[in-house]
Amino acid sequence: MAKTLYDKLWEQHEVLREEDGRTLLYIDRHLLHEVTSPQAFAGLRAAGRSLWRRDANIATADHNVPTTDRAAGISDPTSRLQVETLDRNCQEFGVEEFGMLDRRQGIVHVIAPEQGLTLPGMTVVCGDSHTATHGALGALAFGIGTTEVEHVLATQCLWARKSRNMRIWVEGRLSTGVTAKDLVLAIIGQIGTAGGTGYAMEFAGPGVAALSMEGRMTLCNMAIEAGARSGLVAVDQCTIDYLRNRPYAPQGEQWEQAVRAWRELHSDSDASFDREVRIDASHLVPQVTWGTSPEMVLPVDGVVPNPAQAPDPVRRAAWERALAYMALQPGTPIRDITVDKVFIGSCTNARIEDLRAAAAVARGRRKAGSVKEVLVVPGSGLVKAQAEAEGLDQIFLEAGFQWREPGCSMCLAMNADRLEPGERCAATSNRNFEGRQGTGGRTHLVSPAMAAAAAIAGHFVDVRELS
Amino acid sequence: MEPVTVVESRVIPLDRANVDTDAIIPKQFLKTIERKGLGKHLFHDWRYLADGTPDPTFILNEPALANAKILLARENFGCGSSREHAPWALADYGIRVIIAPSFADIFANNCAQNGILLIPLAPQEVEELFVACRSGPLQMRVDLPAQRVHAPLQAYSFAIAPGTKEKLLLGLDDIQSTLSHRDTILAYEATRKREAPWLFQELRHG
Ligand code: SF4
Repeated sequence: MAKTLYDKLWEQHEVLREEDGRTLLYIDRHLLHEVTSPQAFAGLRAAGRSLWRRDANIATADHNVPTTDRAAGISDPTSRLQVETLDRNCQEFGVEEFGMLDRRQGIVHVIAPEQGLTLPGMTVVCGDSHTATHGALGALAFGIGTTEVEHVLATQCLWARKSRNMRIWVEGRLSTGVTAKDLVLAIIGQIGTAGGTGYAMEFAGPGVAALSMEGRMTLCNMAIEAGARSGLVAVDQCTIDYLRNRPYAPQGEQWEQAVRAWRELHSDSDASFDREVRIDASHLVPQVTWGTSPEMVLPVDGVVPNPAQAPDPVRRAAWERALAYMALQPGTPIRDITVDKVFIGSCTNARIEDLRAAAAVARGRRKAGSVKEVLVVPGSGLVKAQAEAEGLDQIFLEAGFQWREPGCSMCLAMNADRLEPGERCAATSNRNFEGRQGTGGRTHLVSPAMAAAAAIAGHFVDVRELS
Repeated sequence: MEPVTVVESRVIPLDRANVDTDAIIPKQFLKTIERKGLGKHLFHDWRYLADGTPDPTFILNEPALANAKILLARENFGCGSSREHAPWALADYGIRVIIAPSFADIFANNCAQNGILLIPLAPQEVEELFVACRSGPLQMRVDLPAQRVHAPLQAYSFAIAPGTKEKLLLGLDDIQSTLSHRDTILAYEATRKREAPWLFQELRHG
């Protein structure tokens, strides 16, 4: 029978299936970070349990780490305790960790593909919803809670139920200046934040095949924002080229063997999907969110909507709340919205390609005087080193942007980087929820190029119109 | 984990859709390395005013609903991050049952691990319960063995996966039961190691 990519990955990892459909799924790679793991290690310790397979696990500190002077350590005592607890747990249980001072450290979803720790055909889990990112490499990857983190540590397995199959078919190619971020925001705008709930979401079609690995990771990263626990892209030559010679990728004879297996990792041409959505990428324009949910998104030439025109009462109430929180009036053109701060970073958009796109806009320009702060936070130490080798850091600094150390930073503001109440931010991250970037902060999600353009103009502009 | 069987309580009507985990427990409380003690921060930014005093207009602060164990909400409850701190905060506050038209996937999993019963009802049924709540505190009885919800003027059946039901009824620890399949897991690993040896690479330690 014809199978989808998801079907294939699922079947390869079924250890056993119970009558009611609950499946014990084998986990190949487990990524750990400081926020969602301490209670799991404590649970193991309390029960006297050990790790099932040490080398399936890899850890890094990303959420709480400062993005300024690392040598100075972490000043907030609770953040420090959490990071130190991870260090201690990794030492005690023998888990490989890229600590805060390791140059391979970075956002967990950036470093694992970069190191070849995520490989096609793997099951990858992490106590973090944006684990969906790794599906871009043809891996079945999804976020789990802390009790499940403990379960994976102790058994290398998880109990799960198979999701249904959904395919997002992208026709056409994105035009210059329009990115994977705009594409995924438009998809979420179309199907809603619960549109993918209960599904594994495969992105396919010419518009996806044309994307770089970075772009595919941005797409899959936000599958969770469309409700799907996992996003997927089939393996192709682009995937294989990306992985060749990564530090933890297989070598020699094993590489050849692996590549042969990876070439099977695509949906069969006659496979059927429970839900299919089509979108044409060729006419897409840059997107900007206006509200407090990623589905509240508009093309940059749009105007803030009027709740009176909402399709139903529940959404009407949500739009009213969102407008009040965001301090926006219906009918305001998106381009007239000014920003106080700009954040270029996060597991959605802090890879080298993202920084290049932002730097291309910033080159030879200065941030607007009205913009208080522009943070550029690379996704990993290696991305940072690469950017510096290309001179991107100098471009940012000359534009008045700040060049920081890698981490989650102002994506969720657990460290010192945050919005003050009422501040408005153009952000390349993935969530515009109330308070996400700091209590009372207002977030507009955009692509890296659009964020840089907003930093220069002081308000949203269509990056394609910057001469 | 505390088992769930029959829960009788007043209902907290939280009339919002897409309640996300950032709203359930804001990030400043994720720095804890404990599971306990998060109940006082549940819905923090909605529940407290800037000066730290309770916001009387927020439903959780309604005196008649103190100690209520059942939460009623709109669609896509629990969307957002995978933080288990959200169900920890709900459980620590005393919530045992949440009724809504739909729930986010990861949140639903996390609730099952923490003795919180999620009841998906049809949007129309949820609407009827919200309407009933408007005329004063609504007392409700949730019966997990029978899979029924009883309000004074309404009663509904609900669906739940048999595995989740059993887990909640007995308060089971998954690790224990999974480890009873030890040999099956080892056999799976042995086969995979032959088929795909690159998945079993040793990491360089130190
Ligand atoms: S960058 Fe943001 S979304 Fe990504 S893992 Fe960090 S906090 Fe989560």
